Amino acid sequence: MILNDLIHNPGAWLASGPNGGGDSLSGIIVSSRIRLARNLEGVAFPGWAGEDECTRIHARVAGILHSLPSLTPCLELELETLSPIDREFLRERHLISNDLAQKSRGSGVVIRQDEVLSVMVNEEDHLRLQALRPGFQLPELWAEISALDTELEQSLRYAFSPDLGYLTACPTNVGTGLRASVMIHAPGLRLINEIEPIIKGLTKIGLAVRGLQGEGTEASGNMYQISNQTTLGETEPVIIERLIQIVGEVAHHEANARTRLIEHREATVADYVGRAYGVLSHARVLTSQEALDMLSALRLGCELGMITGLDRDSVNRLTLFSLPGHLQKSEGRAIPPDERDQARARMIREIVSRATVK
Amino acid sequence: MHCEHCQQHEATIHLTQMIDGQSRELHLCEDCAEASGLNVQGVMSIPEILFGMGTPGEAGSDEGKSSGKSCPQCHMRGCDFKKTGRLGCPSCYETFSAELGPLLAAMHKGGRHTGKVPESRCQGLEKEARLAQFQKQLQEAIRTEHYEEAARLRDQIREAGHDPQ
Ligand SMILES: [Zn+2]
Ligand SMILES: [Zn+2]
Repeated sequence: MILNDLIHNPGAWLASGPNGGGDSLSGIIVSSRIRLARNLEGVAFPGWAGEDECTRIHARVAGILHSLPSLTPCLELELETLSPIDREFLRERHLISNDLAQKSRGSGVVIRQDEVLSVMVNEEDHLRLQALRPGFQLPELWAEISALDTELEQSLRYAFSPDLGYLTACPTNVGTGLRASVMIHAPGLRLINEIEPIIKGLTKIGLAVRGLQGEGTEASGNMYQISNQTTLGETEPVIIERLIQIVGEVAHHEANARTRLIEHREATVADYVGRAYGVLSHARVLTSQEALDMLSALRLGCELGMITGLDRDSVNRLTLFSLPGHLQKSEGRAIPPDERDQARARMIREIVSRATVK
Repeated sequence: MHCEHCQQHEATIHLTQMIDGQSRELHLCEDCAEASGLNVQGVMSIPEILFGMGTPGEAGSDEGKSSGKSCPQCHMRGCDFKKTGRLGCPSCYETFSAELGPLLAAMHKGGRHTGKVPESRCQGLEKEARLAQFQKQLQEAIRTEHYEEAARLRDQIREAGHDPQ
């Protein structure tokens, strides 16, 4: 298996699949993810270890990961060998973090073929295990990632203290080392101006809210990642259960917002969707920011039955492939930004102009 | 100064962000900082809280007594942690336990791990707990002059590969 094979797949976080949580939440909850931070006993953390030691750690760990039944068949990549476009491509698929994308010798990633399970080596911690699926599937992901973790600990001795749990480079991850997050698509809350207070509320109760591409990014395309901030003092199921409950509430708010919009402000929604359709089916130049925002409106239109001839999966695919890494990867070459905006508009136009708006 | 994000409210939060080794100043109002998911009390300020009680020394100069402690395993010093916000190795948690303890308790939901335990440590923990129990029973047996019981306990402790105390 090679990196270029991934381009034929829709990407684990946007794949069509069960969008759990009942029909009314279908589509609102885009994807779920769990990450576990793990480190090796008696070894300096990657940021302090130096390149040579990182390279030794990587070689040792990658060999073990490669032979794990849970990860077979897998794709094993070293950051050193990846072009800027490949890094961008993997980052957009949520297979590597912004942090890992900056790394070079001594860091890598091992990805199971279906992209559901992956392990980053020598990011901030020696190991960052990840499980990623479309829809609302946190308990399933916990079962999968915990099984991978248990398999891994047969071959490695983790840095662990009975008092503090799994020891991590940053004290904010110590304990369970668990970061669970759910990506929601909330254009309805944005249209009725309720997204800001909700984000504020979530932050106040100790959850983090981030944009599409993780830490420090703006919410674009009305996508929000909600995740736990605390990792010590509670069991994994308790952390996950609370997130499920709160995300479920937010998703219900979004569903209600959509119902209210249709009942009382149908013209507003129809205009929002129709304008996006107009731009996407006719524009000759589209920045990725503009494309994300317009495709979000189109996605809403599909889900509200305002668009025919286009389904959510197609919109998801357009969303992913309008990101710079995917766009260039699918064209098979590096494209300068202004030319990229034209290629993006062309790709989207071809698909969207086949659809009709009600 | 106005918030550089919304250009409307007064910027009350001033951060230095490290991106690709380049530091960048961020000036935000409280709303924008929160909305962008910046945890103002979080990552950025931990080392400050820990070791930044005094005025930070000039780069390269002596960092003073409070930051002078260094990890015997990886040689990270308090002042190094202050710069990066990341610890050097797992042993750093012990080295800086006095400073980290209260902070972890405040940052998280309590200061003790209650989650998953690696299988190998599980057995280890049970064994340790059992040994501690035997040692306690042994002391009690000696104190109350139950010498036969004490001999039996000594054998059990030796069997587990430890020295009776
Ligand atoms: Zn502002
Ligand atoms: Zn250390």
